[in-house]
Amino acid sequence: MTMEQSTALAPASRAVQLLGTDLSEKNLKLHLEGLSGVDAVGLEARAAALATRSIKTSSKVWALDTIIRLIDLTTLEGADTPGKVQSLVAKAINPDPSDPTTPRVAAVCVYGDLVADAVEALGAAHGSGGPDGIAVAAVATAFPSGRASLAVKLADTAEAVAAGADEIDMVIDRGAFLAGNYGKVFEQIVKIKDACRRPDGTSAHLKVILETGELNTYDNVKKASWLSILAGADFIKTSTGKVQPAATLPVTLLMLQVVRDWYRLTGEKIGVKPAGGIRSSKDAVRYLVTVAETAGEDWLDPHLFRFGASSLLNDVLLQRQKLQTGHYSGADYLTID
Amino acid sequence: MNSHLAVPKTYKLYIGGAFPRSESGRTFEVADRKGRFLANAAKASRKDARDAVVAARAAVAGWSSATAYNRGQVLYRIAELLEGRREQFVAELRAAGGLTQSKANQEVDAAIDVWIWYAGWADKYLQVVGNGNAVSGPYFNISTPEPTGVVAIIAPQGELAAGGGLLGLASVLAPVLVSGNTAVLVANEAAPLPAISLAEVLATSDVPGGVVNILTGSAAEIAPWLASHSDVNGLDLAGAGELEWVDLQISAAETLKRVLPPETGVPAPSIERIRFFTETKTVWHTKAII
Repeated sequence: MTMEQSTALAPASRAVQLLGTDLSEKNLKLHLEGLSGVDAVGLEARAAALATRSIKTSSKVWALDTIIRLIDLTTLEGADTPGKVQSLVAKAINPDPSDPTTPRVAAVCVYGDLVADAVEALGAAHGSGGPDGIAVAAVATAFPSGRASLAVKLADTAEAVAAGADEIDMVIDRGAFLAGNYGKVFEQIVKIKDACRRPDGTSAHLKVILETGELNTYDNVKKASWLSILAGADFIKTSTGKVQPAATLPVTLLMLQVVRDWYRLTGEKIGVKPAGGIRSSKDAVRYLVTVAETAGEDWLDPHLFRFGASSLLNDVLLQRQKLQTGHYSGADYLTID
Repeated sequence: MNSHLAVPKTYKLYIGGAFPRSESGRTFEVADRKGRFLANAAKASRKDARDAVVAARAAVAGWSSATAYNRGQVLYRIAELLEGRREQFVAELRAAGGLTQSKANQEVDAAIDVWIWYAGWADKYLQVVGNGNAVSGPYFNISTPEPTGVVAIIAPQGELAAGGGLLGLASVLAPVLVSGNTAVLVANEAAPLPAISLAEVLATSDVPGGVVNILTGSAAEIAPWLASHSDVNGLDLAGAGELEWVDLQISAAETLKRVLPPETGVPAPSIERIRFFTETKTVWHTKAII
């Protein structure tokens, strides 16, 4: 154990900046264990208080459109087919065919082997960073369990990037994290980040999934968030959506606090993505409030905040139609997904 | 301990098999005919109506796919439970409506009879309403009714003795349920107690949650939201005679709902009320390979 702890780690620039050039597992562990504990009662009370804000009329219109712009429209099923991906993409480009003013979603999120299908289906609509461009995100690294060798994970990532993925959603090795083997988790993230590089020198964005439902405590979520950011994450993401509980408001609030602290420390903005379990507009609006009040309104942007969701979009569209027409809408007036 | 402090009941809504308070937190006082306080009831808002439609929509798949025989049994079971709760309904009709004991008994009898009459149609109306159509070819052409989906009902309003009670409720609710529709019912505004007591019967019967949803409060306030709601397929305006029901019809037409116009008093039992909230499906099939 002590031998392991003194192992030198890959010199990820953020970690070197914060922990010094003699980066070792021991240093990392000391830093993570030195983080202040999370006041669970206070955190949950704060999240509950933020969830009581009432958003009405013009603010609600703005909130609903913002939610759509922040969605990573997701399909992650074993039964996904190229046809399913095409219909997902069609919905991403034109969420509500009855209203062309509906904004587009931020990205579509699929398994790595379907990236090429998504890119092809998007055609001219494909693009990350543009105002109307829709990015392609791929889950990688033996999603959702993360139980595979590093070589397999790297190959998984490299293939998705080569196929045209703009964003990689990787899962951390929860087993290693819970066993206290922070160095292993750190190294893996650094290497996956490396595998996100494209031949032209640019790099796919890396979202690191903590799978907070398996980390058991808020303290662990906080440690894993710091660890992921130090290792080079562009985004930290709550969950795979395959484990209950998935995204919760307190966990997202905590991750936003870490991101805010990192911004204050270094001036660098890291993104946050809650995923799984956010199905209603009402829930999503609560997340927007939490983002604005914690990290700041700058974060209400697809580059810094995303919802990983599928059924959420239809609920937002129902609310949007209600606000536009003045009467309640129904599922018959939406596309099925 | 020989003194007992009376505990007046606070009635709630019935949505999705549960008894929630109104989302708005509003209540109103229910009085008897002489204006004396009887109970508090929840005053439903448009959001309660929306929630009720969501619950009703979710229940359509299960209820409409139950076999006709099974639906008949479930409805018959409700009649059995009504019989068991007879005393409560009689007492409510007497207290809130000023009916005599024998009139109240007659009303409950009539309501149970109507309910059983409709329950019996569950596995028979198809044979009566459906058709084998004449065609000029060697195949069968068959038309058969299917439930339309979610039906919003404005229950008969006004005096309990004049149809606003249990009989009126049974006469509008049962025909909608028989074919496999689910219902959102707006109770008699002036005297909602029989409707909520019926909800308590339904909650302990075999009717799946969400098949019947009951809202108490202002019909004039809730009805327009149900009439314009895109996820409601049918509208029974039986008790809407005093409302702006032409406007309700117009907004219902925007989403092509089936609309039954207002009635005076209690709608008579008829198979037409069952047929009205159905859609006809016509299929053909080859006769035989000879």
